[in-house]
Amino acid sequence: MKLQNITISRLQKLLLNRKISPQEITQALLARIREKNSRVNAYLTVAEDEAPAQAGVADKRLGKGDGACPLTGIPLAIKDNICIKGVRMTCASKILEHYVPPYNATVIERLSDQGYVLLGKTNMDEFAMGSSTENSGFAPTRNPWDTRCVPGGSSGGSAAAVAAGMCAAALGSDTGGSIRQPAAFCGVVGLKPTYGLVSRYGLVAFASSLDQIGPITRDVRDAAILLSAIAGHDPRDSTSAPKQPPDYLSKLGQSINGLRLGLPKEYFAEGLDPEVAASLEAAREVFSRLGVQFQEVSLPHTDYSIAAYYLIAPAEASSNLARYDGVRYGHRTSKPKNLLQMYYDSREEGFGAEVKRRIMLGTYALSAGYYDAYYLKAQKVRTLIKRDFDLAFTEVDALLTPTAPSPAFRLGEKVTDPLQMYLSDIYTNSVNLAGLPAISVPCGFTANGLPVGLQLIGPAFGEDRLLTIAYAYERETDWHTRRPNL
Amino acid sequence: MEQTPKLTVADVEYVANLARLSLTDEEKQSLTEELARILAYIEKLNQLDTAEIPPTSHVLSLSNVLREDKVAPSLRREVALENAPQAEAELFKVPKIIE
Amino acid sequence: MNYEPVIGLEIHAELLTVSKNFCACSANFGQEPNTSVCPVCLGLPGVLPVLNKKAVEYSLRTAVSLDCRIPSRSIFARKNYFYPDMPKDYQISQYEQPLAVCGHLKIMVGGRERDIAIERVHLEEDTGKLFHEIPGSSDSASWIDFNRAGIPLLEIVTEPELRSGKEAKLFMAKLRQILTYIGVCDGNMEEGSLRCDANVSLRRVGEQTLGTKTEVKNVNSFRFLQRALEYEIDRQRKVLEEGGRVVQETRLWDAAAGVTQPMRSKEEAHDYRYFPEPDLVPLVVEESWAAGIKAALPELPDQKRERFVERYQLPDYDAGILTSTRELADYFESCLQFYPQAKTVSNWILGELLRELKGSAAGVGACPVPPQNLAGLLRLIANGVISGKIGKAVFQEMYERGLSAETIIQKRGLTQITDTADLTIIVDRVIADNPEPAAAYRAGSERTFGFLVGQVMKASRGRANPKLTNQILRERLKQK
Repeated sequence: MKLQNITISRLQKLLLNRKISPQEITQALLARIREKNSRVNAYLTVAEDEAPAQAGVADKRLGKGDGACPLTGIPLAIKDNICIKGVRMTCASKILEHYVPPYNATVIERLSDQGYVLLGKTNMDEFAMGSSTENSGFAPTRNPWDTRCVPGGSSGGSAAAVAAGMCAAALGSDTGGSIRQPAAFCGVVGLKPTYGLVSRYGLVAFASSLDQIGPITRDVRDAAILLSAIAGHDPRDSTSAPKQPPDYLSKLGQSINGLRLGLPKEYFAEGLDPEVAASLEAAREVFSRLGVQFQEVSLPHTDYSIAAYYLIAPAEASSNLARYDGVRYGHRTSKPKNLLQMYYDSREEGFGAEVKRRIMLGTYALSAGYYDAYYLKAQKVRTLIKRDFDLAFTEVDALLTPTAPSPAFRLGEKVTDPLQMYLSDIYTNSVNLAGLPAISVPCGFTANGLPVGLQLIGPAFGEDRLLTIAYAYERETDWHTRRPNL
Repeated sequence: MEQTPKLTVADVEYVANLARLSLTDEEKQSLTEELARILAYIEKLNQLDTAEIPPTSHVLSLSNVLREDKVAPSLRREVALENAPQAEAELFKVPKIIE
Repeated sequence: MNYEPVIGLEIHAELLTVSKNFCACSANFGQEPNTSVCPVCLGLPGVLPVLNKKAVEYSLRTAVSLDCRIPSRSIFARKNYFYPDMPKDYQISQYEQPLAVCGHLKIMVGGRERDIAIERVHLEEDTGKLFHEIPGSSDSASWIDFNRAGIPLLEIVTEPELRSGKEAKLFMAKLRQILTYIGVCDGNMEEGSLRCDANVSLRRVGEQTLGTKTEVKNVNSFRFLQRALEYEIDRQRKVLEEGGRVVQETRLWDAAAGVTQPMRSKEEAHDYRYFPEPDLVPLVVEESWAAGIKAALPELPDQKRERFVERYQLPDYDAGILTSTRELADYFESCLQFYPQAKTVSNWILGELLRELKGSAAGVGACPVPPQNLAGLLRLIANGVISGKIGKAVFQEMYERGLSAETIIQKRGLTQITDTADLTIIVDRVIADNPEPAAAYRAGSERTFGFLVGQVMKASRGRANPKLTNQILRERLKQK
């Protein structure tokens, strides 16, 4: 196996046995980034200085023997909406092009405590608003399997970096599918944790009641390893669940015989690409062989989730993005005539089209006279969507669905039609509205060689169950071992 | 909101002002059309009777997350001002606010 | 035409927590600019607020003191508007479901009790401080210090039930007294830790509907509150009497000119787009929590005043002044521990002490005459060691130099002359030096006696025991 495609779990063994040093793997991946990033554009910032320094620290820790943690010396890519002290963070927006955070996100503190190695910050849709990474304020990321295609989004850079062998694993963020859909498009594993499991402190807010940070990895075990590192209560995040996370690794390999998987009929209706449907059908057979019982369930409000999502998320975003005003940090227009002009022009120049669209939509939905009709209505529908899931989980252990209705689409194919783009989140965003955990796992390829992903949705804080099911499936298949030719 | 009034360019201008965005004329035009289409799609929520449904703002039912009233070190001032587009005399500086 | 003013107040009180409302930066005043700031209160990308428990407790303390109803559940909301002193361009506040509602505060207006209803009490955060000019810069610009941003701010809104500038002033004074009594706010209006905006409108007497209101801002003392409202009421009355219409607007009080002026900037329609703050979870106040706060509440001013009248047999006037601040009331009661003559102590506090404090009852905390020293002085007077008159001089020196009465009296030899022999020498000298008044007295002029007593006092530098002086003087005048 090429070093660039190594998993965290394999790398851990090599590092602990001193078969390889953190410096060697870091340099190998930095070389790979230098060679391939111009084609994929997965990274916005490469940590050329930080990575070797952190690898050096990890070397010492591993040398001592007792100071090593699961992630000591593991080189990771971080989505560019997660704060790392002293490292430029743009959120792929011109408005933050030169912004350097003075503090670490809680997830970064946790990774640092373990001695991870930062390879760089990955490209994304501007402020995580998008499903293709074409909304990056700088340049789009390309799908490593076919560079004419999008990698998905908004965590397209993180998923592409994992798929292209430019890091061992990555962190992404998921507000409506932004980890799972790019993971599916890039043929890697992506896990969106239960709302409240992973601290949001230091994650640049898009839609505060929906956002979660999660891992994007080469296999399910790696997802469990990375999730273990970042999960857990954080007193800096008032919405963080005050719970001790379970051991996500200990149950991997357990039998899933007798488990009940629900198939939400609304997710297999019209609009599903036939090749994706075929891959899901094949996956069903694998699960059946493993002794899983299938049952059709109904999530009757699925059809309303996009509408509810595109009120709630933009409304929260319109408020969250007010702070980019040119006063304390970020872009300020040159020589503004007065204060108002400074606001108008700094924001006009700094934000891209999709961000403006959502700010406008969200501002409108909250504005005088419309709050009840739009925002409040959407919050009520959110209750209905959540109840659908609660009811389904009284009958089944988890849900099996496609991650996205189609495989990766071509660059430019959907940018002209925002609504069409929004509708591609159909299988993912109700999970965020309900605050549930979900994982996307590779489950096949199209005739054109594009990856397809399946999604497993679990009840709140059911990550251990999802990982166990996904791991059992993964052991029976080899989709996750395939790598693109770049 | 059975029949929400049609979105006009004037509505878009009002909202743009609230959001502090100076849109170009083309942007105003295209946003009026795009937002109108999205809002038309969103109308489908009206098919649902939600009169008796409570809203969900938080999926977790947490309450009273509080911190003790204790002081921790602040940022050093150089750091606080580091990202400022303009600073003077240890203060953030902006164009004059007219009052 | 008879018009009736309708006034509602919106009061903001900075709470006396040591840290800010949503982060651990110091909430102290007077620090170097932009040194009490962190990612959270600067509104940097990615930060999240965590609510200060003490700020909630102080808010609840205020709510129970104002006899509010405390709903079991309250939530925070974002109030969205752009302003450079507000780091996030939204203020974390409360909108629907505030912390407390339906309170009351009683005030006395011209001997009549008025019960003013309080609509709501809610917790929010303060903004940074703006400067429109700074030394050493002639730029046309504004400057911002974010030290104040995020300090917990309590908003108290009255129903529009006040009817005059004087009532508004009395209400504010009473509210300030309570806030300082319960220790949640320092009540300093000049420095802005207690602020007040007023909504004013006029309506014809007997009418129920409200007239068009103006909002009066920039009032930083009780006196100005009354004057600004009186000006504004008068202004609106003239507008209406001339057949005009009051324009709904915000007007700033110009203390120098003594007028309210419309704000110059074009005001936009307020569309704050409130929605529940997703970064904070609901606040649930169980009855036991509110009850605990209530049980731990210190004695409030009205209760204390009544107790002083009853227990110490003080006139209501004395009790009112003594209880005007908690510090003064505590001072009074401490004195009583050492010298239990309530009325005497009260007289000295109301007279001498407050004169030295220039009427600032709050300053008693830093007073150089501790209660045991004042009590010591009063005991010396009662025991006849010094006269009351000398006592006053001694008190002044005690205040200036921070010494006890005994020390001053000993150092300066101010003890009363009570020795008959010593006093007789002085009296004889005074009679010898004033032969004519002495003769006049002997001829029957009682008036001259007072003069001669004064001369004895003068000669003894006030130390002569008055009673003894009278006695000896009459004896010696009779003898010669």
